Amino acid sequence: MTMAEPIVAAPERRAASDVAAPIVEVRGVHKIYNGDVVALKDINLSFEEGRLTSLLGPSGCGKTTLLKIIAGLLEPTAGEVMVKGRKITGPGPERAFVFQDFALMPWATVLRNAAFGLELRGVPAKERNETARHYVEEVGLKGFEEKYPHELSGGMRQRVGLARALAVNADVLLMDEPFSAVDEQTRRKFQEDLIRLREVENKTFLFVTHSIEEAVYVSDRIILLSPRPGRVNNVIDLDIRRGDDPEAIRRDPNYLDTVEEIWRGIKQYLD
Amino acid sequence: MLSANTTAQKLTGDSQPQHAAPGLMARIGDRPVLWRVLSLALFCAVWEVGARASGNFAFPSFSQTLFAFLEMIGDGSLFWAYGRTLEPLVIGVTFSLLVGIGTGVAMGLRRDVEWLTLPVFIVMQAAPMAALIPLVTFVYGIGLASKVVAVVMLSLPVIAMNSYKAVRNTSPSLTAMCHSFQGSRWQQISKVILPEASPMIFAGVRLGVAEGFSGVVLAELLITPTGIGDLITYHRSIANFDSMYAVIVSIVVFAVVTVTLLQLLETALFRPDKRRSK
Ligand SMILES: Nc1ncnc2c1ncn2[C@@H]1O[C@H](COP(=O)(O)OP(=O)(O)O)[C@@H](O)[C@H]1O
Ligand SMILES: [Mg+2]
Repeated sequence: MTMAEPIVAAPERRAASDVAAPIVEVRGVHKIYNGDVVALKDINLSFEEGRLTSLLGPSGCGKTTLLKIIAGLLEPTAGEVMVKGRKITGPGPERAFVFQDFALMPWATVLRNAAFGLELRGVPAKERNETARHYVEEVGLKGFEEKYPHELSGGMRQRVGLARALAVNADVLLMDEPFSAVDEQTRRKFQEDLIRLREVENKTFLFVTHSIEEAVYVSDRIILLSPRPGRVNNVIDLDIRRGDDPEAIRRDPNYLDTVEEIWRGIKQYLD
Repeated sequence: MLSANTTAQKLTGDSQPQHAAPGLMARIGDRPVLWRVLSLALFCAVWEVGARASGNFAFPSFSQTLFAFLEMIGDGSLFWAYGRTLEPLVIGVTFSLLVGIGTGVAMGLRRDVEWLTLPVFIVMQAAPMAALIPLVTFVYGIGLASKVVAVVMLSLPVIAMNSYKAVRNTSPSLTAMCHSFQGSRWQQISKVILPEASPMIFAGVRLGVAEGFSGVVLAELLITPTGIGDLITYHRSIANFDSMYAVIVSIVVFAVVTVTLLQLLETALFRPDKRRSK
């Protein structure tokens, strides 16, 4: 594990040390709500292709705000976001969002919900249902295609949200505390599934969480945000071997030490 | 909007919380079928017994009313009356549906439209419209136009206000979802906002149609006696109370059936998920 310099890594260092090119870059982003709530202050970050980066921090530190700005759902007050080298002006096909509250349409079946991104793009019904069926199966919901969201558990609903994001075949998956609304057991299963999913899907993940354990468990890199105003406190590169046994990681001393270290760093912001 | 799933529908009534205070007609329309039949039977029984016990000439029993009803079907006077009454009702309700839903949805979607029209509807909804109906005759005379206006005055505000609140209360999370997958504004409205708002819009439609029935009967009683209003007035004037009751009951039943059919239509069109729930 290496503790990188906080805030801005000099470009030349980044180029030398990083294996992959940045697919998402956040440059000088500020966000002020209603003229006085400073949600984000001078955020400069880059996210490398194929990696899973977590945004970690206590509630209210601006994680959702930052992710929505990257998604193009919110305008930053200042600064810009580049995706694949181009400045974004709104949502785009190379990004897909997984919502904290699932954002499923209650009147639509699992299959239609999963296919909705493709439906909006005008993909013919037969084709989009075929694609959606594949991803519904991949997230472990085979047999539930014709069910409605109210017939599913919280964990299963989020799997539909995940299938919908995967179905549009975006390069970057933006996940806003995707597992926070599900119970602890389901959550652990989800984390393991996410690691497995990364082996199948070659995508870049931006993962928001307020759980230190979760961040350390799933991430290649953790960006620590501190609150009031929201800013980057630390960037932590992780090197935890994710072998065949997902349970082994939770007992790995490296994993436990990292969790402890981050906790000590965060404690000062909680009163 | 229809999903691939159009299997046999088992309608067990709508258990959605009602947002607007439901009128009697709409409330009856919301109960499960069996419950409705039972309560209806009980009502008829109480009526029969109560009327026989009272011995009041002006309070005919259920069976007397039923015979009078069949008689009026036989001589065709009921059909003729309904033909006259339905004309202003259908014109007025159609107008209220088009204008009410259109304006309500636009008010929900756009702040400028809201700002412009909301006060008008708030006043219309608060004012005792029935008291204003006689005034309408000063402007529109005693013909069809007055009756249409009366129907619109009663049905339009509740339809518009419900549509407005329905759209305004849609989940920002779903619109954000649609936006994040690059849905256009039109897709956002047609695929997310309207389906989500439809239960409450339809609740308003049911209330509005029920109000429309009140409007047309009031107009026929207060402006000029035609159709159902004429039939009620006529049978009362010749002390034919069982026929008068039959007409009144028939219009209530007719309104309830119409409102219930509207609800079936809504579930079939917009909310396939409701068919399986409960
Ligand atoms: N729409 C909004 N209007 C005003 N303030 C907001 C809004 N959204 C978020 N905030 C404020 O911005 C800060 C960051 O919020 P958020 O990004 O949701 O944090 P997190 O996701 O880390 O919990 C909080 O202080 C919150 O109160
Ligand atoms: Mg958040």
